[in-house]
Amino acid sequence: MSAPTTAAERKKAISDPDFDVSTRQLPPRGPETKPMTNVDKDWLAIVAFTVIVLGMPWWLQPLGAAYPDLMQKFAIYGIFALGFNLLFGLTGYLSFGHAAFLGIGSYAAVWSFKLFTMNIIPAVLFAMLVAAVAAVFIGFISLRRSGIYFSILTLALAQMCYNLAYSVLTPITNGETGLRVLRDDPRVLDAMTGTERTGSLIGSLFGEKMVGYPGFYLCAVLLIIAFYIALRIMRSPFGMMLRAIKSNQHRMIYTGFNPRPYMLTIFVVSGMYSGLAGALLAITDPLAGAERMQWTASGEVVLMTILGGAGTISGPILGAGIIKYFENIFSALNDSALSSAFSFLPPAPREFLVTIVSPFVGEGWHLTLGILFMVIVIFLPGGIMEGIRRIWKLVTRRGSSSSKTEVQPAE
Amino acid sequence: MSIIDKKSLTRRTLLKGSAAGATLLATPYFFTKGAYAAEYCNMPGGDTVTLGFNVPQTGPYADEGADELRAFQLAVKHLNGEGDGGMLNTFKPSNLKGNGILGKKVAYVTGDTQTKSDAARASAKRMIEKDGALMISGGSSSGVAVAVQSLCQETGVIFMAGLTHSNDTTGKDKRRYGFRHFFNAYMSGQALGPILAQEYGKDRKAYHLTADYTWGWTQEESIKNATENLGWETVAAVRTPLGAGDFSQYLTPVLNSGADVLILNHYGADMVNSLRQAVQFGMREKQVNGKDFQIVVPLYSELMAMGAGEAVKGILGTANWNWQLDNDGTRAFAKSFGEEYGQPPSQAAQTCYAQTLLYANACETAGEFTPPAVIKAMEGFEFDGLGNGQTLYRDADHQCFKPVLVVKGKENPENQFDILEVVEVVPTEKVMYDPSIFGGELGPYEVQGC
Amino acid sequence: MDAIVLQILNGLDKGAAYALIALGLTLVFGTLGVVNFAHGALFMLGAFCAVTMQYLLTLSTRVKDESITFFEAYKEVPYLEGWFGDWGRMIIDYSVPISILLTIPVMLIFGVVMERGLIRYFYKRSHAEQILVTFGLAIVLQEIIKAVFGANPVPIQAPSAVAGSASIGEWFGLGPAISYPWWRLVYLTFSVVVLAGVFAFLQLTTFGMTVRAGMRDRETVGLLGIDIEKRFIIVFALAAIVAGMAGTMYAPILAPNYHLGMDFLVISFVVVVVGGMGSLGGAVLAGFLLGILQSFASMTEVKDIFPGIDQIIIYLVAVVILLVRPRGLMGRSGIMET
Repeated sequence: MSAPTTAAERKKAISDPDFDVSTRQLPPRGPETKPMTNVDKDWLAIVAFTVIVLGMPWWLQPLGAAYPDLMQKFAIYGIFALGFNLLFGLTGYLSFGHAAFLGIGSYAAVWSFKLFTMNIIPAVLFAMLVAAVAAVFIGFISLRRSGIYFSILTLALAQMCYNLAYSVLTPITNGETGLRVLRDDPRVLDAMTGTERTGSLIGSLFGEKMVGYPGFYLCAVLLIIAFYIALRIMRSPFGMMLRAIKSNQHRMIYTGFNPRPYMLTIFVVSGMYSGLAGALLAITDPLAGAERMQWTASGEVVLMTILGGAGTISGPILGAGIIKYFENIFSALNDSALSSAFSFLPPAPREFLVTIVSPFVGEGWHLTLGILFMVIVIFLPGGIMEGIRRIWKLVTRRGSSSSKTEVQPAE
Repeated sequence: MSIIDKKSLTRRTLLKGSAAGATLLATPYFFTKGAYAAEYCNMPGGDTVTLGFNVPQTGPYADEGADELRAFQLAVKHLNGEGDGGMLNTFKPSNLKGNGILGKKVAYVTGDTQTKSDAARASAKRMIEKDGALMISGGSSSGVAVAVQSLCQETGVIFMAGLTHSNDTTGKDKRRYGFRHFFNAYMSGQALGPILAQEYGKDRKAYHLTADYTWGWTQEESIKNATENLGWETVAAVRTPLGAGDFSQYLTPVLNSGADVLILNHYGADMVNSLRQAVQFGMREKQVNGKDFQIVVPLYSELMAMGAGEAVKGILGTANWNWQLDNDGTRAFAKSFGEEYGQPPSQAAQTCYAQTLLYANACETAGEFTPPAVIKAMEGFEFDGLGNGQTLYRDADHQCFKPVLVVKGKENPENQFDILEVVEVVPTEKVMYDPSIFGGELGPYEVQGC
Repeated sequence: MDAIVLQILNGLDKGAAYALIALGLTLVFGTLGVVNFAHGALFMLGAFCAVTMQYLLTLSTRVKDESITFFEAYKEVPYLEGWFGDWGRMIIDYSVPISILLTIPVMLIFGVVMERGLIRYFYKRSHAEQILVTFGLAIVLQEIIKAVFGANPVPIQAPSAVAGSASIGEWFGLGPAISYPWWRLVYLTFSVVVLAGVFAFLQLTTFGMTVRAGMRDRETVGLLGIDIEKRFIIVFALAAIVAGMAGTMYAPILAPNYHLGMDFLVISFVVVVVGGMGSLGGAVLAGFLLGILQSFASMTEVKDIFPGIDQIIIYLVAVVILLVRPRGLMGRSGIMET
């Protein structure tokens, strides 16, 4: 099967927001369409996803979010949440310390910049390797327990990383200020190859500085690859195995399976995703701060995932986007920005609206975020993806009355 | 990974190829867009100039950030010729005309640093990339200041630091594009030392409790050096975790250590809690080595003093500025700030207001917005009338040199804002130092830009 | 020796705070099966009850300071002081103990409203969703507090009668070096009384027996025809009151700010899990244990050997305990293990 090439097909793919991989089968669209297979659906999902991600500079324009730094953050935290969801969504193991891998990946990438070269490929590989080693260590300890005991073990280990990085490990992490790339770092490989050591200290790929739009496209491409790999993992027998562990671990053990190696594998994969995200943070902005490892950062990825829809493949990415959007755009709305936003109104109602809205934006952006969490979870169990699925179902049902078929279980 | 089915391999390569192709197709548009931009970042094209005010709006310093924002808004107002003009009228030598900057109206954008390096940089990047900010200012911690300052150096946008007290900001981490009006830990030590010796004697044993991060360490070192030069002995210097909350486990050893002075190198909520708890442990009534036990808080802020309540009375420390100072600039600023917001400005507000005016004035002096010219106009600039008296923006490290206040918690406040009293204004030459003692390099004037 | 006794006292004091918060948290876990991320916010609300009471008691006539013309500056004389003189001053002085009278009804109402209005819809939902909704609630609560009281810590004064230090050393013949603030001793005593009260309530009353039975096996209790859900309201309100009172009494030690709840959230979860899910005794034990260990780890003698140990001790102990004892100190199998 080939990817949809016609404009009509692509349009359909874009408008199909339902990439839930837990859905084993798509309901028949109408009498004339053939039922689509899993493989078709995956291809649709990937193509649609690619178009959406690469098209961010255009469709985010009206939302005021189409500037490189925020789009980079969308992609990077998308990878982070995707990786987290591989663990949480598939196995149900709620790690509360995933930010540790994010931080470790960042530090590793910056050290690679400092010691070896400003080329980003070694930085990414090094970061993922170090994150994987850390994940083996933390996973080996934490996976000995399950449920909340597992959560607290990961939390405790990550908090230890954070607290040490902030204080006694300052020679390695540069503590509060964050680790930065400096002019007089050794950069052995660059020195050997005689690459220029002056100029701005920003990670580069084949001479192209990875900031601004090039940086965004790097993150976007990696997000698409990460998305594809995650999809493959979820579809694979390995993914099935993990789901089986989630539904009944004891039964798995009785049938002669030892779930531990599988769990550790996915934990490490998940850790490497986080390490990649951390490396990208350091590439697009060469600074690694300790706050990246704090429990609030771990909690943030949990919230992103649940907000978007745990277990769905695109939900966590959506959740990541929403939280980052709030953090960067809502926090920047002040009274004067509000006034100009409502400038089409006459002064009196404008003043009134500004007064009403201003507690919820600017310094009140946390409040709006909190309310959003509550509203989403109260009205949309299963996260935003569940909401989209419901709307989608409503639309399609109205479109083709013939399909009164199966109820799709949400994961 | 044999579990993952084999077909994926071919597809993966295919996908990689197509994605890369898409990237190639999409990128040239943006490259050209970047290439056509002005040589320096965000040169104002229209009739407005945008400044970025990056302050903590959430987290423990949110109130301080709110006060900084008030000051910024007031400064913008005055620069645009609205209101009573505030310190615009007392600032000299000044080229400001009250018609914006170089005839362009001043607009501003705001952002939340969250007092985290990452968030602060993301917020600053938003201002630079999206909102076209020409200058970034604000902040309430040294970690944030250093992080944003180095970002600004990379992008070629001038950073006028807000409240940051660490020696590193204009020491080992100084940058060509970063400027600090606030004083630093070294100056606190030099100013406070002689007053401590005068008030408490030269034969004292000090015990430091220090917040365990870079600012805390530089302050501990500065105060230690200053007091030891006067003959004090340092019994111990103990590091405490940031946000420890309950400091009892660090305070009880102090009483039995033989020390007779406790120095709290804490800021924010840490300072409020450690000071209050130290007082609860009866330290102020204690007699050790035949002397009254004393507590010192080297860096004060009005908000923290307010948070500590009664505990702050009679405690010595230093401050950058106080609204009750007796000079023209201070009076003008306290008046226009007070009339606008119904409360006196904090030192954080004053430093942010002054920084905005200084930046605007440098643009006027240079006659253009290009950062190298503006930087050169600011370097070595001597001025008066911004509340601190005669001040020098030193060119070697972009640090302001001006008198430092030694302050004390007031015993009998006249009103609810009357918390600190100025004990002594230590003249500039007493806190002057050689820029080479902290190392660091400023870096180039010309940078590649954004 | 003196140093060790003092550190034990510090640890007990810290532990008392941990234990009080963890007790309510584990009660809600054990009976209702709800992961309540807003529990720290309840502690914070309790602390702000003390702030509110202090504010109410010191409502003042304002004498304008005429020397300042460009904003309102005034000297405050509280009404109570103006009306009743020394008596009024004494009432103000005792604002913290008095605010307990405010805390109990406020937290009771808040607990009931929160349970009926929100939590009960989440009994059957996944833990992940419970986390999201309670975390959202915690953010909303703290932002409201921030909007009303600001972000700066608010100083709360302990009564001056207990402002000084008690020379405990002399009581027990251990030397004069051991003295400890009265208010911290009051707090410790108060905590022990509250803990004992809660245990007595659960151990000695029929109601408590049903709740404990519900903690063990909710289904069977339900099958016996006991409406366990109704009891949940009371359990939840009880947990809220305990957390709130802990916050109120802790206010003079830790100046309340809106962030207080989040600061205690992680630590209280660690305490509950180290104690073992579903075990009230375990939570209290773990609270005191972690408090004491934290105090000892902060001693310079210890820090010289293990630099930075005071930063991580709680987490280190948690990891070690969970590896040695799979379900914490006193946990039972089957609770929150999946």
